[in-house]
Amino acid sequence: MAEIRNYTMNFGPQHPAAHGVLRLILELDGETVVRADPHVGLLHRATEKLAESKPFNQSIGYMDRLDYVSMMCNEHAYVRAIENLLGVEVPERAQYIRTLFDEITRLLNHLMWIGANALDLGAMTVFLYAFREREQLMDCYEAVSGARMHATYYRPGGVYRDLPEVMPQIAESRWRKGKDLKRSNEWREGSLLDFIDQFAADFDSKVDDYETLLTDNRIWKQRTVGIGAVSPERALQMGFTGPMLRGSGVEWDLRKHQPYAKYADVDFDIVVGLNGDCYDRYLVRVEEMRQSNRIIKQCVNWLRANQGPVMPKNFKIVPPSREEMKSDMEATIHHFKLFTEGFCVPEGETYAAVEAPKGEFGCYLISDGANKPFRVHLRAPGFAHLSAMNEMINGHMLGDVPAIIGTQDIVFGEVDR
Amino acid sequence: MTELPNSFSELLKEILADYEINLETTPNGELTVLVPVAYWQTVSRILRDDERLHFEQLTDLCGVDYLSYGNDEWETEQVTSQGFSRGVDAFGPGRFDWQQRPEVEDFAGRFGVTLHILSIKHNRRLRLRTHPEGENMPMVPSLVEIWNAADWFEREAFDLFGIVFEGHPDLRRILTDYGFVGHPFRKDFPLIGNVTVRYAEDKQRVVYEPVEIEPRVNVPRVVRRDSRYLEGGPEQDV
Repeated sequence: MAEIRNYTMNFGPQHPAAHGVLRLILELDGETVVRADPHVGLLHRATEKLAESKPFNQSIGYMDRLDYVSMMCNEHAYVRAIENLLGVEVPERAQYIRTLFDEITRLLNHLMWIGANALDLGAMTVFLYAFREREQLMDCYEAVSGARMHATYYRPGGVYRDLPEVMPQIAESRWRKGKDLKRSNEWREGSLLDFIDQFAADFDSKVDDYETLLTDNRIWKQRTVGIGAVSPERALQMGFTGPMLRGSGVEWDLRKHQPYAKYADVDFDIVVGLNGDCYDRYLVRVEEMRQSNRIIKQCVNWLRANQGPVMPKNFKIVPPSREEMKSDMEATIHHFKLFTEGFCVPEGETYAAVEAPKGEFGCYLISDGANKPFRVHLRAPGFAHLSAMNEMINGHMLGDVPAIIGTQDIVFGEVDR
Repeated sequence: MTELPNSFSELLKEILADYEINLETTPNGELTVLVPVAYWQTVSRILRDDERLHFEQLTDLCGVDYLSYGNDEWETEQVTSQGFSRGVDAFGPGRFDWQQRPEVEDFAGRFGVTLHILSIKHNRRLRLRTHPEGENMPMVPSLVEIWNAADWFEREAFDLFGIVFEGHPDLRRILTDYGFVGHPFRKDFPLIGNVTVRYAEDKQRVVYEPVEIEPRVNVPRVVRRDSRYLEGGPEQDV
């Protein structure tokens, strides 16, 4: 009789369910995976080395391109690390704006995740629903920064500018006119905060929509319940953070336990799963969207009631306004120095972490007193999660591979950096 | 943080008294433990297992190359009239290519391995650092046995800095290309890289060639000993 041997298969890097450029070498026993060896690095751009060769301010844009579906959270970690070393106080209004946009970013990320994950497992409609809402949130990004994705909105000391008084409206085109256009612009009559307010009031019902499609869906449950179960002990050992850790039942959220920005002052709950399988992680993320929406509403209320600066008036770090620059000699000099040389950051090292939608996104920064960082290391949550791929997938069927890649919420921008 | 950093550093000193550790505190209260390479594993194990410390999670591990630490590229002792490039020391990081990369005199403590651990039970973070000996092939014991999460982080530090982790079960390159030469995050590795990849129509295959782009630095590296950060801390309003 012929000897039966394991079969080695190459999954990706151009597989549609590989979420980018993951190359998985799978060793199969029949249809059961016995070993998975992820090959990463196909998107390696040496962001950390590039950041070492540029003044501090010029690398903020690179952070957007790491985890490119949760842009502002990455900026937040980097900017916080610089602020730690500089010892700058961020004005309260800027902190609320950061909290607001961190949560908008979380929605953006979780919407992308729920759409893509459901699509991988065969549910098309969720993807379309999720992208409908994502579009509105991207418009918020655009309104504050001018860019739909790569915002570069957070700056050391605060945020680039205050929230706009007018929400840009959609212009008439061949595809959007008449009643359709009017409906699209319905929320856009007032300021950005009015728009976000109306979006938040409506959003919970949208989450209900996604849930009707998935939560009790028999196929969805067959594909996710009991798949990729991780015990809390193993989750901690393997460096899981964020929804991956909470899905396994560990109550840990940096926003609550090591609060930054204004998370200590807003009200929300930590969402925890029970079984640590794909289904629980799905439930955790869906409920997190509701909690984020709660935080957004509170931030909007505060921002409406309180005005104030969004940047400290410290010209050594923050550029002066255009008017000042054109009329005041001192301001001109500061402006020139900031944009030709940047600012020097005092010698030292720091680690600043934020609760990014995927988990703990950290920035380890060493400065030797120069205008460029000496070393930047970015701790990406996806990197730790993907390293656990072999253990999570072991013993499952080939068809569960997309379910586990999906549940890890992998984005290669941050894994490969 | 649940308590004052001082009392915690006292506790650390007490528990780790036998292991020649040094403690550093940053102005914002972060604690760094400098550990000799010989005790790297022992100290890590204590930090994980001692109930009073209980660091159950490794959040981050990375390599650091301390070559050219504190160097700037700005030579302004003498004023010249040669335009923008005056004062720029021609040989700084990012200003050389693969052929002209500097011959580095290795020195003790050139490489460092930095570890960030987290205690969820006590809500504490801690940074550990060690400086491996052996300049050409820095060796550090692997922590994979203690925290499984170290696996890929150590592979990354090996790939990018050439730090060898003894006892690592599967120390392969992780981020760079198959068959890559050199350790790209070392300070003596050119920023522009060494090879470029393209598809050669005539050969009908992918070929590797030396990079064509010129190394270029738009903003020179400057270190300013700023009086604001020396004694009294930063001023807020200027």
